[in-house]
Amino acid sequence: MNTDDSSWWPMGDGGDKIEGSQATARQTAELLRSVISQQRVPYTNQAGALIDAVKAIGEQLIAANPVELAVGNIVRRVLHIIREEDLSLTTAAIGGLNLSAVSDDENDDDRDGDSTLSAAAVAAAARSTLRPPSLQTLLEDTPVSAAVPQTSSSGGDSEGKSKSADKSSRSRKLKHDVIEAVNELIQDIVTCHEQIAEQAVEHIHQNEVILTLGSSRTVLEFLFAAKEKKRSFRVFVAEGAPRYQGHLLAKELVARGLQTTLITDSAVFAMISRVNMVIVGAHAVMANGGVIAPVGMNLVALAAQKHAVPFVVLAGSHKLCPLYPHNPEVLLNELRSPSELLDFGEFSDCMDFGSGSGSPLLHVVNPAFDYVPPKLVSLFITDAGGHNPSYMYRLIADYYSADDLVVQRRATAGN
Amino acid sequence: MGAQKKRAAAAAAAARVSEDPDDLARQPLQAILLADSFTTKFRPITLERPKVLLPLVNVPMINYTLAWLEAAGVAEVFVFCCAHSKQVIDYLENSEWFSQPNFTVKTIESHNIISAGDALRLIYEQNVIHGDFVLISGDTVSNMSLTQALQEHKERKKKDNNAVMTMIIKKSKPSPITRQSRLGTDELFMAIDPNTKQLLYYEDKADHSKGTICLDKMLLAENPSISLHNDKQDCYIDICSPEVLSLFTDNFDYQHLRRHFVKGLLLDDIMGYKIFTHEIHSSYAARIDNYRSYDIVSKDIIQRWTYPYVPDVKFCGNRATKLERRGICFTAFNSEIEQSRSAQVGSFTVIGYGTKIGSNSKISDSVIGEGCTIGSNVLIEGSYIWDNVIIEDGCELRHVIVCDGVIMKAGAVLKPGVVLSFKVVIGERFVVPAYSKVSLLQQPTVHDSDEELEYADNSSGTVEFSSIQGTADQSNGEMTSESSEAHKPKLGTGGVGYIWSICEGGQEEEWRHSVAPIPEDKLTELSEAMDDDQELVTQDRTALSTSGELISDSNASEGDDNEDSKDDSVYFEKEVEATFLRAVEENVKVDHVILEVNSLRLSYNMTSADCAGAVFYSMMKLAIKTPHSSASELQQNTANIITTWQKLLKSYLLEIDEEIEIILKFEEMCLESAKEFSPLFARILHILYDKDILQEDAILRWADEKEGADESDKVFVRQSEKFIQWLREASEEED
Repeated sequence: MNTDDSSWWPMGDGGDKIEGSQATARQTAELLRSVISQQRVPYTNQAGALIDAVKAIGEQLIAANPVELAVGNIVRRVLHIIREEDLSLTTAAIGGLNLSAVSDDENDDDRDGDSTLSAAAVAAAARSTLRPPSLQTLLEDTPVSAAVPQTSSSGGDSEGKSKSADKSSRSRKLKHDVIEAVNELIQDIVTCHEQIAEQAVEHIHQNEVILTLGSSRTVLEFLFAAKEKKRSFRVFVAEGAPRYQGHLLAKELVARGLQTTLITDSAVFAMISRVNMVIVGAHAVMANGGVIAPVGMNLVALAAQKHAVPFVVLAGSHKLCPLYPHNPEVLLNELRSPSELLDFGEFSDCMDFGSGSGSPLLHVVNPAFDYVPPKLVSLFITDAGGHNPSYMYRLIADYYSADDLVVQRRATAGN
Repeated sequence: MGAQKKRAAAAAAAARVSEDPDDLARQPLQAILLADSFTTKFRPITLERPKVLLPLVNVPMINYTLAWLEAAGVAEVFVFCCAHSKQVIDYLENSEWFSQPNFTVKTIESHNIISAGDALRLIYEQNVIHGDFVLISGDTVSNMSLTQALQEHKERKKKDNNAVMTMIIKKSKPSPITRQSRLGTDELFMAIDPNTKQLLYYEDKADHSKGTICLDKMLLAENPSISLHNDKQDCYIDICSPEVLSLFTDNFDYQHLRRHFVKGLLLDDIMGYKIFTHEIHSSYAARIDNYRSYDIVSKDIIQRWTYPYVPDVKFCGNRATKLERRGICFTAFNSEIEQSRSAQVGSFTVIGYGTKIGSNSKISDSVIGEGCTIGSNVLIEGSYIWDNVIIEDGCELRHVIVCDGVIMKAGAVLKPGVVLSFKVVIGERFVVPAYSKVSLLQQPTVHDSDEELEYADNSSGTVEFSSIQGTADQSNGEMTSESSEAHKPKLGTGGVGYIWSICEGGQEEEWRHSVAPIPEDKLTELSEAMDDDQELVTQDRTALSTSGELISDSNASEGDDNEDSKDDSVYFEKEVEATFLRAVEENVKVDHVILEVNSLRLSYNMTSADCAGAVFYSMMKLAIKTPHSSASELQQNTANIITTWQKLLKSYLLEIDEEIEIILKFEEMCLESAKEFSPLFARILHILYDKDILQEDAILRWADEKEGADESDKVFVRQSEKFIQWLREASEEED
């Protein structure tokens, strides 16, 4: 009876944040894909048009639920994809045309100028100034680098054609490439659990005791993957008051044949000395390596630090937020309904404001999230592998372009 | 905006399908939203703006209802507009509600409708409702999930075609002192079958003076168990089958949804229609019925019980606000407010967009709308201030509602419970007395019964309004002179508006429904009154037990079949007293009074001795109630009353036994209910003798009877010893 509501709210897709942010991220990406495919692009400055369109929608999406950081992350990722694709197309075109003088300025506006620089120099300059060499491009594991050979060949074919024909083919090409890349992004989001889970066997060893708090689908898959690889270990699950999602996790773990112990949140400190590793999910990972996680997580992290137990956070790359946390306890938090804590009917007489001073004597505060500072986190495991908290800035530089960090203000003030 | 909505709708649709693929997908759920409460509780504000558009924590109420309906999976809403229908329709047309995917809002407009019953009959005629529907009024705030209640309703309907309605209830304890719920509504009694959850009894207007409620014995005979609740709150959210509409059409006298329809259905055992209840626990639902519930629901919203419909979550038509931590609690802020550094904004306060707050002002537990200007050294506590209000320096507002466009000049003070309607101007240093309502419109002079309904006299209402507004705009001075002509209380220098005189219910009842908390002295007064009541009850009991008759303790719950004859005599006495008092007040002729008392005597099957006792009792009661300062004055009063009404009394004194009855009665009074008489016993006895009401025989017989009694019983015999002595001597002399 007490769980009859709240998980199905459109706005409260915080209903189950941990898996919820994955669904939200996917939906956001799909929505932006349809925006891009419907957007009519002009002959000049196609990238700019796409960026404006995405920004306009993105601003509204972010405003709709500022606490769900995954939305903003995906908007920024898509913006980054557009910029990358545009850049690679441009550099490829320059390389192919050899003498054509198309240069890029920092705002990605295509301009016909009469630069006297050689194409190679332009390309080199573009690479060095606009974009630090991306880890992904170096690893040649991304749609960006995959797209480069295609475009360079098409650039080469268009050598003899008129400029406008080249432009239109390029604009179609750009949109096509961007949509391809967004598709890959969606694919990444969908498969992030598996990619993270693949690494499980490297982290969970025989006869270990793992502690987790609340419920996270990523953690569930991770533990299960280790179990499948014939690792035998035990799991302590802290129930995660007030929503008790840990109960559900325990149920699922047991259903998959894992030895599970359910404890209260307040028993974490007592149990931590027996634990070999804490593995938890996150709501968001901030640029400084701090973690926004379900309430109670800071407690667990502090307990883990006290007993020198590794505190491992699993997070899909869509949870990686390029922003720095400012006053995260309030600004990045969500205060949920007090009815999760206590039954309104039982306490209705405590809230009879009609008598007495008129101001309630009973206050119920029910924050959804905790902020765990980076120094308490031992390791992040994302779909791109395991990283130190101090390494987060590097991942962020790979996934986001610095121009997009503030989506809202730029969009209104800049254009 | 469209994209955001699309996303929300997509999420909602996905959730809906996954939750309940058959039921909801098969037939789109419909809802009837009554955008009119058909009451006058929010006057004078509702004379100018419909209740559903009044801002609740800076969002018009109807948005809460619509947002909930949308989230609850309702596909089509019929908004029934009546009073100020144009305003409601205009608002909806300009809002986002008409452009939602998977959620249609249609308006039905009518002007000559004066009750919910009429509205439903009209909707039935239009033939737009095809299946189960949600019946709700536009002032309801909820975040409950309908899925379970709807499913229960449908399953019941499958089994039993007569289960036409499911009523949503929620636990909420009424205050034992004021006998009203926290929402300011009267204490509600419900009898529910604990197994089937069928509603068997519904009483929201229980008579507290009697201290009993009556249940039909058949209820107990037919149902193996009944649970009787007074801690349930009616949420005024009903899931109805289409039959409900035809029932309204069949019974054209049904007006009120609860008082007529629900009670009618419960009493009517021919058709056998049944109403069931669904209790919600963790989710929230409440209807704003009066100013008190406006206050309480606002506070519940700020305390986030209505999550996700809270100020910092964007649901519809509200600007996103952000929370700030104040002490241990949170305050919602709009990003663009101008606040002086020295202003103190306390916890649980919501401040709207573009509001300016001056230095050293203190604000706590309040809601402040958009574009307000608040001066320096202003104190605002527990108040609701709507949009574009100007409050100058040094004003004080405690527990008040201030509507749009009000101007408060420097130093004005609003006492608790004040309501200022639109565009009122309060003069400098003017103190508005507690619980007064101020409006630019004059109070309507015609008052019907308490069933009085506000309905859309739209054209005339607005014309009147605009004309007055016009004059107000033209010149304030003219307006003030005008108002001072019409009504004595001005609103200070430069003030514009009329203070409404408090209507029928009187000031006593005003505190019950006001935004202000119940004052301390009122509470103590009430709890004392309650103690008195209890004393009275126990007194009755002891009086009864002396007569040696048994009284069952359970008669409170089981009704009238336990009433015994001794209860009758108590009622009889009360009736006679009432008759007598009325006779005194209205100067009824003695003969008529005798006639009335005689008829009472017959109907209660009493002897004339009882009548004599009762009449005498009423007379003495009257005497003691007449203001007096000393014992001699009381004696004088008594003498007067006896002189005036001796004929009445005498008509029952046929035998000497009745006279003795009077003396005994008087003795009893002196001992118990009217101790003031005890020192005067002998003197009054003398008066009665002088007026030939009591014969000397009766007095002497009484004295003789008392001879053998206990010492304690003989107090009054002792007191009147001299008089008796004198009587004995006189009779001896005569002999």
